[in-house]
Amino acid sequence: MTDWLKQKKERARRLEEVASLVSGKVVQPADVTALLERIICSGDRVCLEGDNQKQADFLAECLTRVDPSQVHDLHIVQSGLVLSEHLDLFRLGIARKLDFSYSGPQSGAIARALDQGKIKLGAIHTYIELFARYYVDLTPNVSLIAAVSADRNGNLYTGPNTEDTPTIVEATAYKNGIVIAQVNKIVDTVPRIDIPGDQIDFIVEAPKPFYVEPLFTRDPAAVTETQILMAMIALKGIYAEYRPRRLNHGIGFATAAIELLLPTYGEQLGLRGEVATHWALNPHPTLIPAIESGWVQQIHCFGSEVGMDRYMSARPDIYFIGHDGTLRSNRLLCQNAGLYACDMFIGSTLQIDLAGNSSTVTPDRIAGFGGAPNMGADAHGRRHVSDAWLKAGREAAGNDGPLVRGRKLVVQMVETFGEGMKPAFVEELDSIALARKLGMPLAPVMIFGDDVTHIVTEEGIANLLLCRNADDVEQAIRGVAGYTPVGLARDRAKVEALRERGVIRRPEDLGINLLQADRNLLAARSIRDLVTWSDGLYAPPSKFRNW
Amino acid sequence: MEKFTIHTQAKAVLRGKSSNAFTGVVASGNLEILFERKDNSLDVTVEVMTASHGYQAVWEAVIKDFVDRTSPGGVHIAIHDNGARPDTVLLRLMQGARLMGAQS
Repeated sequence: MTDWLKQKKERARRLEEVASLVSGKVVQPADVTALLERIICSGDRVCLEGDNQKQADFLAECLTRVDPSQVHDLHIVQSGLVLSEHLDLFRLGIARKLDFSYSGPQSGAIARALDQGKIKLGAIHTYIELFARYYVDLTPNVSLIAAVSADRNGNLYTGPNTEDTPTIVEATAYKNGIVIAQVNKIVDTVPRIDIPGDQIDFIVEAPKPFYVEPLFTRDPAAVTETQILMAMIALKGIYAEYRPRRLNHGIGFATAAIELLLPTYGEQLGLRGEVATHWALNPHPTLIPAIESGWVQQIHCFGSEVGMDRYMSARPDIYFIGHDGTLRSNRLLCQNAGLYACDMFIGSTLQIDLAGNSSTVTPDRIAGFGGAPNMGADAHGRRHVSDAWLKAGREAAGNDGPLVRGRKLVVQMVETFGEGMKPAFVEELDSIALARKLGMPLAPVMIFGDDVTHIVTEEGIANLLLCRNADDVEQAIRGVAGYTPVGLARDRAKVEALRERGVIRRPEDLGINLLQADRNLLAARSIRDLVTWSDGLYAPPSKFRNW
Repeated sequence: MEKFTIHTQAKAVLRGKSSNAFTGVVASGNLEILFERKDNSLDVTVEVMTASHGYQAVWEAVIKDFVDRTSPGGVHIAIHDNGARPDTVLLRLMQGARLMGAQS
């Protein structure tokens, strides 16, 4: 006789093991490590909620304290590997295998741990790719998550940083897994129920509020004139040409400069209401001037941003706000929106090769992908049309036949030289050397060249949609690669021919006045200006306050 | 500090009537440039004083492009550079040429 209830019985057995440590669903902070030792078994798949921003940091700390002779060989499946505790699990022999999406501040430590054989790497995913696998072959046995508050029945209020939580909990709770939530406070009634209590097994009031990383705050004071010039090129050469209304921006300074130019240069170009009206976007403080100037109709967010909560609560016509009055974010749904409902992704990168492959990997850092490969990919399942999408598809096809589908605009902005005069354009991506060193079967590439439609540098735009062969692509890229070795090795005659065809467009071809590339063109020139634009509602984190 | 002078020829005398123009600032990663109209010849001299050593070949490439694009004949250009990248140098040069012409 087949036993069809093995998972259910195992769950009951584990819950029974910890009965003496809990009162209803509530665990005392001092008992959490003991509870984890009993409820997690060696070899389990564990999601220790590490999101792009929000971190279940108290549970992470408790998990590093379990006895590795009792709990070992865990398979960690979480989107963000951000805290040092996440790496400690591998150093201490508690965890062995890793599937993740993004590592940010731990990118150097992950590369070292991989090199030393401390981590057995499954794969580096995009966010929705990892979330998808939660429901197919990477379903967590135990999930340790974070929320703002809980009632005694385990109903959770996640606050503005809902992020990955509903996706993690759904996969775990409905597959006989166990979900433990750390909350900032246990209350009688939560402001709203983001996660229903019957999906939550245990709650613990953490000694201090969970950590949130401010990731999207770009100080306008640090925007350079080169970035302003690139933003002007993008606005005139891409926004005004294709008129994308629905879009996502990356988190770098190049797109922050565009946001700050919408109310000034964008206004001069007559683009208000014509472009950038609907967004899948994190709450970028640099978008405040454009919102306040009437550019933006609607924004859905992956997560929140430190300091933006009060501003967003006061702009419920723009943001998705719960009946309680605070932001509701959701990474899975927003990533899906970016993939299927946006006509353009525009963002920065670190390296581009001669085929337009774009990578953020450097020899000793594995930063992961986050959402960029989804934002920056043409969704072949898309069927609805828009003018921007059709125009891009027709440029690529060279005709407008009845079966020519559209293309998402995928724009990579990069200054020809990066930090320390490191050229951004290369013959071979650093990620290839890294893959060779670590024996990876596929080098990590953020956006493959066949998805990139335009490259913007301070020298101009390379429109890869209009390229007809690999040689066109190579010379179009060399033609905007400035004074890097790749740029200097251009075939000048071919580059001029591409310029004639409109494949390459320089600032002078676009009628851009270089004298306008000045910091006075920024709608806000400091964090303080952003606070003023927000009517005092934006409360920047202290490290961005210099007044 | 590294110092060198580049002598070259433009295709035409620089447009405009301004006798001089100034652009930029000697902040880190930036530079200041002084343009002076000397005569109606095609000669261009560029005097570079830079904090970054070993980049003369890149300077020559930037200045060649600048001269091709703007034809600044008869102009003397003095540059004080504090580690600006080539794109910033070209942007400043183009802005300077525009100032010389724009004020005509």
